Amino acid sequence: MDTPVIELQNVIKSFGPVDVLQGINFKAYAGRVTALVGDNGAGKSTLIKGLAGVQSYDSGVVKFEGNEVHLNSARQAAALGIEVVYQDLALCENLDIVQNMFLGREEMTGMTLDEPHMEFEATQTLAGLKIRTVKSVRQKVASLSGGQRQTVAIARSVLRKAKLVILDEPTAALGVAQTEQVLNLVRRLADSGVAVIIISHNLQDVFKVCDDISVLYLGKMVAHLKATETNHLDVVGYITGTKSMEQA
Amino acid sequence: MSTTTTTTISSGHEGTIRDQVKNYFVRVKSGEMGALPSVISLIFLTALFASLNPYFLTKLNFANLLVQSATLMMLSMALVFVILIAEIDLSAGVTSGLSMAFFIILTNKAGWDWRVSILAGFVVGFVVGSFIGFFVAKVGVPSFVVTLGLFLGFQGLQLALLGDGGIYRVEVPELKSIMNDNMPQWAGWLMLGIFLTLTLLINFYDRMRRKKSNLPNRPLILLFIKLGVMAGLGAGCVSILNVNRSLSAIAIAGVPIVMPFAITILFVGTLVLDRTRFGRHLYAVGGNPEAARRAGIKVPKIRMSAFIICSMLSVVAGIFNASRIGTVEATAGKSMVLSGVAAAVVGGVSLFGGRGRLAHAAVGAVVISIIDNGLGLLGLPAGINFLVTGGVLILAATVDAVSRKRAGATK
Repeated sequence: MDTPVIELQNVIKSFGPVDVLQGINFKAYAGRVTALVGDNGAGKSTLIKGLAGVQSYDSGVVKFEGNEVHLNSARQAAALGIEVVYQDLALCENLDIVQNMFLGREEMTGMTLDEPHMEFEATQTLAGLKIRTVKSVRQKVASLSGGQRQTVAIARSVLRKAKLVILDEPTAALGVAQTEQVLNLVRRLADSGVAVIIISHNLQDVFKVCDDISVLYLGKMVAHLKATETNHLDVVGYITGTKSMEQA
Repeated sequence: MSTTTTTTISSGHEGTIRDQVKNYFVRVKSGEMGALPSVISLIFLTALFASLNPYFLTKLNFANLLVQSATLMMLSMALVFVILIAEIDLSAGVTSGLSMAFFIILTNKAGWDWRVSILAGFVVGFVVGSFIGFFVAKVGVPSFVVTLGLFLGFQGLQLALLGDGGIYRVEVPELKSIMNDNMPQWAGWLMLGIFLTLTLLINFYDRMRRKKSNLPNRPLILLFIKLGVMAGLGAGCVSILNVNRSLSAIAIAGVPIVMPFAITILFVGTLVLDRTRFGRHLYAVGGNPEAARRAGIKVPKIRMSAFIICSMLSVVAGIFNASRIGTVEATAGKSMVLSGVAAAVVGGVSLFGGRGRLAHAAVGAVVISIIDNGLGLLGLPAGINFLVTGGVLILAATVDAVSRKRAGATK
């Protein structure tokens, strides 16, 4: 198999006496959707925060496209091409879709914002992802539904030419139809060559869209599974700790 | 790649005037009302006071009203910068007073050149803004508390500088003429022409650039209607102001000198808010500071800048005020700040942050001034004035809160 986009080796993180991550090994590949599952408190958020550069690991090796990197700030992570789409979305409701997609990376002509160019790029990106649910790119985000917002957030990471996109509970607050749309979008995102990591509690969604499944249990990575070679019951077993296998 | 032309996502610029008008009403219904309520109340109040008092609609009162509202307009525009990031500056009024206290002491007592003293006034504004910004953005003290503290403290500082009951006359004719003298007739027309031309040029530049990027443009006729309305209103004002409005033998005519200053600040400020990265980030911080931070925006820096701009523009308000009254005293600016906040909110600037424009605050300031002016003409006791202004403020804040709910905002 080719080099993983991101690889974690023996990553450790503690908060005082609590060992949240106890030697995690993890890989995610380009073009594949990797699910990161585990019960509350298993250490998913801590793992992700480390990848996002928001909160660095205590020790361990992080390799990005085969090279060792140190992720000490969100800016660093973003510069490498790591984008996180948070559960609470991190969009500004008072700004429109274009403004949100380019937030913090506005294109300029001289001193002023290059609105036409940004609008064009945003429209192209949305069209490229075959997004049809959004009426106008100049709509305020406040007027969008949860699924549409998720779509905008994902499209933003595409626009930024991300190589690794991490989605935190992307379908948690969505209805059936919108979940379907977002999952389809996630699939298209991976098919375009991006490595996607999804954190989810919803195993139905996980099996629908993911290629690989990694299970965290109390700070340890207890299983790396191929979605095609396992089933719902097995995964639940690993998540709840009733099943275990030696570090894969 | 062939989807370029068949894309179904619009930009809001498509369609005929009919579609555009329809879009506008959809936006208003969904809670994006902008200055609409304040414009309606402006028209309503004008009609009300005109019917109650024949003096209200005279040329002289119109000019008075403009000059009266100029100070409030400046102060409320200053406050827009902090209200946009969901903060407040209760010290804006006393900052304007304090800077003028420094100015008058330096000019009248220390004998400095008045231009240098004015600069010193702006330095005071800069220091005050940085001070507030530091405590709010870096230390994390709520702006309400910091600026309330300064509101009290600066009154003491003004007293210390000017002495108990101290009152100083503004001896600089250039400064006094800002609010008290008028431009020659031709200069009023020139000013109107310049601003209309600039607006036209900017709009054509935008259309040209959109066309270059293969984006649709709104119907051209819409731009001409907008400019036509602006030109009509502007020409109306200029021609009324250019007629002699004096009740005595000495003629008074022309656009007050303060107008080009106020409009330039409105114009430049709007360009900054709409078209620069700083402006965009200011709105982002007001809408969702966490999202702004995650997008890589340096939120504390934006907050600092907002407070500095607010304090510096408050100094301009202080200059206008000193110019109009002709004196500087220890209580200068104290009572202005709540009217300034009221003006911004009445104009449609959201106290929740992230929504509002400078022009909204300007219109709001005119509304508040009309209430003040109109009630004054009716000879009602001053208490009524406070009651009405307070009522209008609560009403405006309610409209703001309700329209936010409509827009589906939950935070």
